Amino acid sequence: MRNLHWGHVMTVARTDLKQLIQARDFWVPMMILGGLFFVIVPTLLLATITRIGDVELMTQISETLEVLPADTQAQLQGESPEGRAGYAMAVFLFAPVAVIVPLTISTAVGAATIVGEREKGTGEFLAHSPAGVREIYLGKLIASLVPGYFTTAVGFALYSVIVNLLVGPKVGGWFFPTAQWWVMILWVLPPFLAICLSLVLRLSARVKSTAAAQQASGLISLPLIIVAYSQATGVLLGADWVPLVLGGVAWLVGFFSLASGVRSVTRSRLLGVAGGI
Amino acid sequence: MCRWSEVAQNPVIHVNSASRWFGDVQALDNLTIEVPQGAISVLLGPNGAGKTTAIRMITGALTPDSGTSRVFGLDPGGSDGEEVRRRCGVVSAKPSLYDRLSGWDNLRYAAELYGLGRKVDDRIREASTMFGIEESLDHQVGGYSTGMKTRLALARAVLHGPDLLLLDEPTSGLDPESALAVLDLIRQMTGDGQTVLMCTHLLLEAEGLADEIIILQHGANLVSGRPDELARTYWPAPIVRIASSDEAGLHALGNAPGVTSYEQTDGVAVATLDRADRTPELVGLLSQRGVPISSVVPFTPSLEDLYFAVRRDSGSTGDEIDPPEDSSGRPVRDSLPTAA
Repeated sequence: MRNLHWGHVMTVARTDLKQLIQARDFWVPMMILGGLFFVIVPTLLLATITRIGDVELMTQISETLEVLPADTQAQLQGESPEGRAGYAMAVFLFAPVAVIVPLTISTAVGAATIVGEREKGTGEFLAHSPAGVREIYLGKLIASLVPGYFTTAVGFALYSVIVNLLVGPKVGGWFFPTAQWWVMILWVLPPFLAICLSLVLRLSARVKSTAAAQQASGLISLPLIIVAYSQATGVLLGADWVPLVLGGVAWLVGFFSLASGVRSVTRSRLLGVAGGI
Repeated sequence: MCRWSEVAQNPVIHVNSASRWFGDVQALDNLTIEVPQGAISVLLGPNGAGKTTAIRMITGALTPDSGTSRVFGLDPGGSDGEEVRRRCGVVSAKPSLYDRLSGWDNLRYAAELYGLGRKVDDRIREASTMFGIEESLDHQVGGYSTGMKTRLALARAVLHGPDLLLLDEPTSGLDPESALAVLDLIRQMTGDGQTVLMCTHLLLEAEGLADEIIILQHGANLVSGRPDELARTYWPAPIVRIASSDEAGLHALGNAPGVTSYEQTDGVAVATLDRADRTPELVGLLSQRGVPISSVVPFTPSLEDLYFAVRRDSGSTGDEIDPPEDSSGRPVRDSLPTAA
């Protein structure tokens, strides 16, 4: 097997990303999705919680926090009920946003990436090019990963500012991101993204149309989102070492899944003449 | 046109008994072809004859189920694939362009994949100027006309100075003027020593362009060679077509000296001669007998004549390609002299 030509990988990835940037009909809805989950919903909820004047309601919310594990309750900062409620929401409630947004965006990009080449006829160009199938696969993988992770990184930064501006004054200053969020963003999310994309790219190489790829990848990504969400919640709620270990297992599964996924891209599939497509 | 004395002995492409199946459909059936260096070879055949599959096998995009394929002496379907593809330029039947990208970005993508390095910008300018699209490079390809897309695809194919150009129906969808321009450009390219293998089902397109033709049918090579040599194989003796309103008078040609065979249909006699200089004698004979002559046309077989003769010999109906028509709208091949 010949050496990997990283120049080809980056060229394929860069060109795919360039096309995504040109596709306003794709990235505008994705920006709205990211904005909704990272900015609009947290802002509305946290602003409401921290500025609410209803003492009785705040007391009820504080009592609700008592269902949290003792360790988690010990982490809550702030003296006032609205401070503690705001802290709990900011740190624990919004874990799904860090999972849903990147998985949704990357799945949408990845599902169209190979079948899209075939549908548009550009797979013929790639099949005749000197780029190896491993290089094409990795380029497509990077081009699918970047939009989801980039949106998440930007959203995460905005979310941090919003949380610190709205809740920070109630809990004695800027506190976000917490250590658990760093673990979630850097340890839990990437392997799940990798597993999801490895499956989605396989699908994209095998199905007949982009529509079919989108539908099938939705079925794949949904359970993964649920699993990733539960993992993320476990990490945030401080469920000892289990999420960290499962995160490690996810890294291993993700690595092998990506490595074996290389075989799904073949020149005959790019041409659309492989068996079954 | 190719100077045959300069053609290298070793063929650039050598496909030997290659077969390829797609499920139950056999696309290539023991195909054997050789393409000489520095020439324009044309793969002729109806739709579904295996032309596109042959091109795909030559670059290694597809591998044969059996048989072998060698390009520049290398194995395109194996470990030499990258090297072979780097030395090939391909224009596929559809232009295979990225509609959302500009013309420049499409060319740049190819330039980077083909490893042009620092020469990228210069080569893009040269190739786009060669095909007259330099003014449109900043526009999104989605807004290009069909002709511009084809020109861009051609520019992309020659960008890296390939040794071998593989053109699959390069004038498909073009108006006649643009098609002629593209064929002229293809002709120019072989002037630099490049080898061209072109697929087409348009016989007129191949006429005058092909140094060598390969006629495919059902994935097999029916015949290949230089058009003039093949024509001599099928029509070894000179043929003359003489038209007259006196059909009975034309029958005199049947017994005339030097006429080896004779047919007549609707006042047009087709006579096969032992020598080309017999024609004045035949005209003199008919004149002596008072037979009015409306036309005397020496038969020079065209590529179309050759194509249909080959396919007729192979037992094909030839229905997949529309034969040329005469002024009355009648298929010309019906009135062609039968090949030897």
